[in-house]
Amino acid sequence: MNSDNVERNVNEYVTAMVGGQLFGLPIRRVQDVFIPERLTRVPLAPPEIAGVLNLRGRIVTLIDLGFRLGLVREDNGGPAMAIGVEMNGESYGLLIDSVDEVLKLDGAALERNPINLDPRLASVSTGIFRLDGQLLMVIDVDRILDISIHAAAA
Amino acid sequence: MDDLLREFVTETNESLDVVDVELVRFEQDPNNAKILDNIFRLVHTIKGTCGFLGLPRLEALAHAAETVMGKFRDGLPATNDAVTVILATIDRIKEILESLERDQREPDGADADLIADLERIAERTLAAARQQAAEPARVLRPGEVSLDELERAFRDTPVDPPALKGGKAEKAGKAKPVEEAAKDDDTARSGSQSIRVTVDTLEQLMTMVSELVLTRNQLLEIVRRHDDSEFKTPLQRLSNVTAELQEGVMKTRMQPIGNAWQKFPRIVRDLCNELGKKIELELQGAETELDRQVLDLIKDPLTHMLRNSADHGLETPAERRAAGKPEQGHIRLSAYHEGGHIVIRIADDGRGLDTARIKAKAVAQGLVSEADIEKMSEAQIHKFIFAAGFSTATTVTNVSGRGVGMDVVRTNIDQIGGAIDVKSIAGVGLSFTIKIPLTLAIVAALIVESSGERFAIPQLSVVELVRARKGGDHRIERIKDTTVLRLRDKLLPLARLSRLLGTDADADREVESGFIVVTQVGSQTFGIVVDSVFHTEEIVVKPMSTKLRHIAMFSGNTILGDGAVIMIIDPNGVAQAIGSTVTSQMIVEAAQDRVEETAEEATSLLVFRAGSTQPKAVPLSLITRLEEIDARKIEMSNGRHMVQYRGQLMPLISMSPNVNVKGEGAQPLLVFSDGARSMALVVDEIIDIVEDRLAIQVTSDVPGVLGSAVIKGQATEIVDVGHFLPLAFEDWFRRKDNPTSARQHAVLLIDDSPFFRNMLTPVLQAAGYAVTAVGSAREALALLEDGRAFDVAVTDIEMPDMDGYEFAEAVRADARHAELPVIALSSQISAESIERGRQAGFHDYVAKFDRQGLIAALMEQTDVGRAA
Repeated sequence: MNSDNVERNVNEYVTAMVGGQLFGLPIRRVQDVFIPERLTRVPLAPPEIAGVLNLRGRIVTLIDLGFRLGLVREDNGGPAMAIGVEMNGESYGLLIDSVDEVLKLDGAALERNPINLDPRLASVSTGIFRLDGQLLMVIDVDRILDISIHAAAA
Repeated sequence: MDDLLREFVTETNESLDVVDVELVRFEQDPNNAKILDNIFRLVHTIKGTCGFLGLPRLEALAHAAETVMGKFRDGLPATNDAVTVILATIDRIKEILESLERDQREPDGADADLIADLERIAERTLAAARQQAAEPARVLRPGEVSLDELERAFRDTPVDPPALKGGKAEKAGKAKPVEEAAKDDDTARSGSQSIRVTVDTLEQLMTMVSELVLTRNQLLEIVRRHDDSEFKTPLQRLSNVTAELQEGVMKTRMQPIGNAWQKFPRIVRDLCNELGKKIELELQGAETELDRQVLDLIKDPLTHMLRNSADHGLETPAERRAAGKPEQGHIRLSAYHEGGHIVIRIADDGRGLDTARIKAKAVAQGLVSEADIEKMSEAQIHKFIFAAGFSTATTVTNVSGRGVGMDVVRTNIDQIGGAIDVKSIAGVGLSFTIKIPLTLAIVAALIVESSGERFAIPQLSVVELVRARKGGDHRIERIKDTTVLRLRDKLLPLARLSRLLGTDADADREVESGFIVVTQVGSQTFGIVVDSVFHTEEIVVKPMSTKLRHIAMFSGNTILGDGAVIMIIDPNGVAQAIGSTVTSQMIVEAAQDRVEETAEEATSLLVFRAGSTQPKAVPLSLITRLEEIDARKIEMSNGRHMVQYRGQLMPLISMSPNVNVKGEGAQPLLVFSDGARSMALVVDEIIDIVEDRLAIQVTSDVPGVLGSAVIKGQATEIVDVGHFLPLAFEDWFRRKDNPTSARQHAVLLIDDSPFFRNMLTPVLQAAGYAVTAVGSAREALALLEDGRAFDVAVTDIEMPDMDGYEFAEAVRADARHAELPVIALSSQISAESIERGRQAGFHDYVAKFDRQGLIAALMEQTDVGRAA
């Protein structure tokens, strides 16, 4: 029980910017961070799916995180980045504007989503950290990848 | 999980599968000491290992089973009852193993019931043996011999040498030595060494090899650009090694199909007991290998079909006796390789399909109209069992007929790119033939481009490639919004890939040129129009992401040599998108893949307007080409409209005085060709191509019009092409350049449909025959009776009053014209009908609408006539 608490208290997050908002993903879910190249778009695919690409011999499905969250991606001059995650043995990439540092945050400081949060964000967020100067929204990878449910609700 | 435990579970499961099979064999062949020897040893090993690993429940069960088998070994009869209980015990052991694998410990529970049963049997057999022993004049039972043999077998087999040395086989390490002995035996049987590797390892190896292939391809690409590279030779070597490695890894994925069949003897045995039937199962070609993945997918459909055969196909012993068949039913499962495919056949000698019931059900389910089904052959009707939700079993049994039927089997087989066919003869038996690709992992695919993106189309379904160009030989023609390609004698529906995929920026873009990938799915043939075609490549199929699997157009994706990911087109999805309802597809398939044969049910008609607002129609099969020419190119010559067409002057004929040849703009034409000559009918507008039944309801006195029919709900004039052809060339029907016209042969044409008479008469006349057409077989016989001489008769088969078979028989029966060759015309060509026709005395058999076929048959028959 104690060790559980300790673990919960020091959570590490990979942080990334999408549409001017800072997001955090639990580090244990993040496989890698890469620059998407040679993207193949998939005709007839849901709009959230930016395409598929070959990442070291694996086929990765790239999800446009901005579109998924209803945000407009910002052109920051640099190349788009993607965070590689996995679900049920399949590889996905979450398309973001830029990747930031890895933060160690105290789980106890995680606050619940404000009730007036955009439902599209609220449905994928597990809570919010108040950092100096900005808010970090923690997102649930499984819920982000749950595209069919999202499509049905929309 | 503990490695030792995991290995135990895997090994025991495999041993049990063998025991399953062997026990069933043993039951049928109780004198075979070798089988019993094998079983006994396997069970003994299991028991020993259980004790070793501390699994009391398993040990107790195995022990009780071993005791009973020990009694068998003592030469006692293996009754059905006893074997059933042992099989039940094996099932229980399997259950325990399952939870052992899951929870890493034996589940709670007791097996007193089974153990009691086993003990009861052991005692009873013992009692029976005593009774037997007491019998005074006892015949030497085979059991006794087998006991001796068994003992000798035990002595001679190099069983556990260390234990023998130690002098006590049982106590010390009873698990190990016996296990080794079993392994020795395995090795001796297979004759080669083998090791156990997890599937994951193989999959990973496969992935690595795929990547190696990609890297190799990249290197080759680079070297290609640098001509005088010193890398060339070593790279060539690398390339070859890679190819061999790929092949080797592929081989590791291959498994004998027998692995999928392993459980079948047991299933059949259980079914025999359950259903009170006697069934012999014959397995042929169990060593035929195919990809593990395909094997997994085919296992369930095969099991289902086996159950079907046992349950519905084979009759009860009483029924079989009554039908004059041996009591024991027979099911044969066979497999063999054919090209890149494996063919699996499952055949029984049961009652066959119930055609009447399938008919009734198909009509009741609205799959086909009552009128249509009456015209279908048995084989066509049988195919309805593959329609969705189709099951004719009146009673739902425990065995099969649970609502999932052959449609599910078919779907499963479709999914792996296979095909299934059924053949049934009432009272004689039923057989299914399945053809599936050997592997799904690597397939040959055609790489194409559409709207700037590349796609792969599996080579398996590609029939041919056609280049369409404006003004070229193959042109894309347009009928309203539909595009078609006239390819030889067929009209091919076309679909632009970019439009199917919604990637066409300009959806209305005129489709005039491009590559057409002629694709076949089942019996459906269509053309996929793409912008360009690159090459064929062996691609490694990777499954689609679950987020994209719902897209019917794609069956998977792959990584190309240059590292890009591309989608693999699913021809099944395209076929569906091209839009044919399941039912019409069924009917087309039922028509045995030949459009011509469905002529009776539906004829392709070209509907157009000429001279009046009322639509006119002509069978599409008569038209050679649809043209739209620039009106300015039309010239007047000798008082007639002409156009230069393919280096010749082609006369233009107006359909009626009201149709005026246009002075400017595009002039639509229907072109008719015969041999080197062409003529064109001038029409106002081409409306559509429809598939409809052609039934002329009102005949016409107007020259050039056969009559009126209702087509797509509208009264339509059916044009008599035969009327117009001589208007273009007076000698159209009696051409001097016709090789067969040295002496005009007389043809007697019999068809109850005035339409076919009117259509075929000019065709045959054009080929140089003198044609007498009559509307019934009786009229034809009357003419022959009158002493009219004919060189050959061409008759329809399906006719009221007297059909084609009866006509042929009547002709044969009369000595005066018994030699008259008779050619049958039919919309149904099946093996049965051909056989029936042969018996009736047909000389040849031609599909309706197959003009070339008919003329060829006529030439052959008249030549024969001349020679005789």
